[in-house]
Amino acid sequence: MKPQSMGQAVLIALALIYLASLYFMSSPVWMGFTINALIVAVVALAWNITGGFGGMASFGHAAMYGTGAYASAILQVQYGINAWIAFGAGIVAGAAMGAFIGALAFRYGLKGSYFALVTLAFAEVLRICASSFAITGGGSGLQLRLEPGLSTLQFNDRAVVYTILLVIVALVMALTAWLKYSRFGAYLIAVRENEDAARALGIDTYRIKVKAMAISGAFAGLAGVLYLQVWLFIDSAVVYGSAVSIEALIGPIIGGAGTVWGPLIGTLGLHLLGEGAKHLLHNAPGLNFVLYAVVLICALRFLPQGLMGLAARIGTFRKKENDNA
Amino acid sequence: MLEVRNLSKSFGGLKAVDNASLDVPEGGIVGLLGPNGAGKTTCFTMIAGFTKPNKGTVRFMGRDVTGLPPHRICEMGMIRTFQIVQPFAGLTVQENIAVGAYLHHHDRAEAMAVARQIGKRLGMGAMLDRPASSLTIAGRKRLELARALATGAKLLLLDEVMAGLIPSEVSEIVGIIRQIRDEGHTFLMIEHVMQAVMSLAETAYVLNHGKMIAHGTPRELVQDPGVVEAYLGHGAAARLQEGHHA
Ligand SMILES: Nc1ncnc2c1ncn2[C@@H]1O[C@H](COP(=O)(O)OP(=O)(O)OP(=O)(O)O)[C@@H](O)[C@H]1O
Ligand SMILES: [Mg+2]
Repeated sequence: MKPQSMGQAVLIALALIYLASLYFMSSPVWMGFTINALIVAVVALAWNITGGFGGMASFGHAAMYGTGAYASAILQVQYGINAWIAFGAGIVAGAAMGAFIGALAFRYGLKGSYFALVTLAFAEVLRICASSFAITGGGSGLQLRLEPGLSTLQFNDRAVVYTILLVIVALVMALTAWLKYSRFGAYLIAVRENEDAARALGIDTYRIKVKAMAISGAFAGLAGVLYLQVWLFIDSAVVYGSAVSIEALIGPIIGGAGTVWGPLIGTLGLHLLGEGAKHLLHNAPGLNFVLYAVVLICALRFLPQGLMGLAARIGTFRKKENDNA
Repeated sequence: MLEVRNLSKSFGGLKAVDNASLDVPEGGIVGLLGPNGAGKTTCFTMIAGFTKPNKGTVRFMGRDVTGLPPHRICEMGMIRTFQIVQPFAGLTVQENIAVGAYLHHHDRAEAMAVARQIGKRLGMGAMLDRPASSLTIAGRKRLELARALATGAKLLLLDEVMAGLIPSEVSEIVGIIRQIRDEGHTFLMIEHVMQAVMSLAETAYVLNHGKMIAHGTPRELVQDPGVVEAYLGHGAAARLQEGHHA
């Protein structure tokens, strides 16, 4: 997790300064905006596990995000189950959905754009299902009863919500760092780099990939539950929509896929850029996605390792290790 | 240690391997020879579990391993290397070797230590922190061997680890392989470099058009008319004989 160059240290410091400055700005608008960005950062971190370390670029992380959000919402709204239990159930549901999609896709050896398309298809099917069944609230979605308190995991004070999200993002990043330097992480990277060689070296590549999807699904489910607990309302377009899937992959790619800090930095940078453009150009709808597309194309063309990769080349501390922070 | 019986594999109409059998005794170095396209690599892919044979059995340490997936076979102690080297390009040399070491050393520090030790033993000490993509062909071949050793495998199937090396590099690798064998490993090696086969292998098999056509010591094999024909074409053995007498 430690930066390995001056450039990376500066990038990380900038992100931390921005995040800390919100405590002094007392601007509800910026707070709300950053809370959103942090929730997206958690899905981005989820995508980073499979897409970054494992090289399996999903185009449908909304499938796990939405499943987490819906599982938690259904338990609370339809069955009156405690928010904490529903919170845990949302994470488990996300993990299960990830494992399920992975098990199916990898059973048939899907890779590259085929894998991306299948994940997209799953998210779309789930979106349509969620908008048609009564238990998911159909087209009108599900609304949590406003009931602030620790037992309902709802907080009026935005600063409290923000702090909780910061802690969760930090935890997910710490877990990511731990995974990266574990046996599982090494195996996942090996699968990305060369699957045949990985198989020869005794790696059960199918199991590793499904496991990665489950972990990624758990993180994505967590992000979905966070969205639900912060905004108290979900519908199929919001949590299963392709906007979630796009934001999940674009942040890590811009920030640096397969790094610990990349997804957070990429997501914050993009959201700031999108927000800035919105103000400059008077809220033209959908504009941020046009902008994202342009930035994504530039990043893919000019920054193969994202911002973290670029920053790594500026003022290197030590040449010896090849992996990024 | 390894018993292969009547192994066969067709691709469409082509019989890539046809009823091939071979034995590798524990502690031995056995060669697998044959002209281009003879089916040597296909044999390896079947033995190591990468493709299922149409027919035949593979027994390793007394157990039937036919059709098991590669990772199971590797866990049992048999590993193949690739003719076309397959490094994890984005990782350092040490990390590459560590991927192999993780098989039996679950802790990172331990796996990296094993990787360092094996890297040094194969003369890669100075390259450990370099990205694998920066290695020369000789370095990459050596890395294949190092990674395979790191898994703790007892039987190594080497697919042309000396192809493309200059003679001095060949004799280095020959020395390394002999040393590893003396430490208790067994080798089945596909090799075109005759110098290497002659000096390393105790026995060798010759494959041609998917069929096992000869088995013996390397010295016997180079005098076997069938083998000479397979390599040099029909009638070559007779012409060579005449040349000797004239
Ligand atoms: N996956 C495949 N699909 C179709 N044909 C194949 C496949 N793999 C190998 N072959 C064919 O099977 C035959 C044997 O190939 P193989 O690679 O085993 O030969 P080899 O003895 O290793 O040759 P070389 O010395 O050139 O490495 C060749 O004719 C090859 O074209
Ligand atoms: Mg071959």
